[in-house]
Amino acid sequence: MSLTPDNLFGIHTQALDLWQRRTEVLANNLANADTPGYLARDVDFRKVLAAAGGASDKLPLQTTAPGQIGAADQAMDGLAYRVPTQPSMDGNTVDAQAEQAAFAANGVHYQASLSFITAQIRMLRTAINGGQG
Amino acid sequence: MSLFSIFNVAGSGMAAQSLRLNTVASNLANADSVATTPEAAYRAREPLFAAVKSRLDGGDAPGEGVQVLGVTESQAAIPSRYEPGNPLADADGYVYSSNVNPVDELVNMISASRSYQNNVEVMNSTRQLMQKTLDLGK
Repeated sequence: MSLTPDNLFGIHTQALDLWQRRTEVLANNLANADTPGYLARDVDFRKVLAAAGGASDKLPLQTTAPGQIGAADQAMDGLAYRVPTQPSMDGNTVDAQAEQAAFAANGVHYQASLSFITAQIRMLRTAINGGQG
Repeated sequence: MSLFSIFNVAGSGMAAQSLRLNTVASNLANADSVATTPEAAYRAREPLFAAVKSRLDGGDAPGEGVQVLGVTESQAAIPSRYEPGNPLADADGYVYSSNVNPVDELVNMISASRSYQNNVEVMNSTRQLMQKTLDLGK
């Protein structure tokens, strides 16, 4: 593994981005738990992360100039609608319990990504200090 | 977009739910109000919620919370009562009471307070995640 600043933390920075985005989506679902006609949405994490890492079956998009939309930004368009388990009469598909569970799990995943990055930083610090600090 | 926007989203949810609680309080307080005419009688009020779409792009953004489009009045029939002794009674001795259904209102109240708590939890969790992010590398 080469330690250029770009991939210093591996895929975890991108994963962190996605967890954060998923937190936003789930927060929106919970805020709209009583909105008539609101359709709950979620991020397909596996698909989006594969696209962000350029490992999807599609060809990744090359950016040749600043300001162009790169693969990571493209991968952000991975929102899908949740399949309702208990559709309600007003057309709302938010299941508050399921959303809460997903939100809690998402928080743990986010913290896991943070831990990986912290471990990486610690490793580098050890290398820099030669194990003295 | 960042974790900060979640505070706005959860905040909008809390504002909407507290407005709903407000209408419930108003409805319950006026459950026994009477009036001289059916038009002047109190009608149960209910807020109308709608999702806020993101201004930036066509619909693939996570959205920006919830908004209250307005407060609607119930179109249920206004019940009349024969109370000749009531100072508000009309010429025939009838008063018109509100069309508030207390059972509906209590259900609404519980639902609103649960949703409010959900939004508070979202805000708390987000705050913890941000704090953890700030402590990165320590």
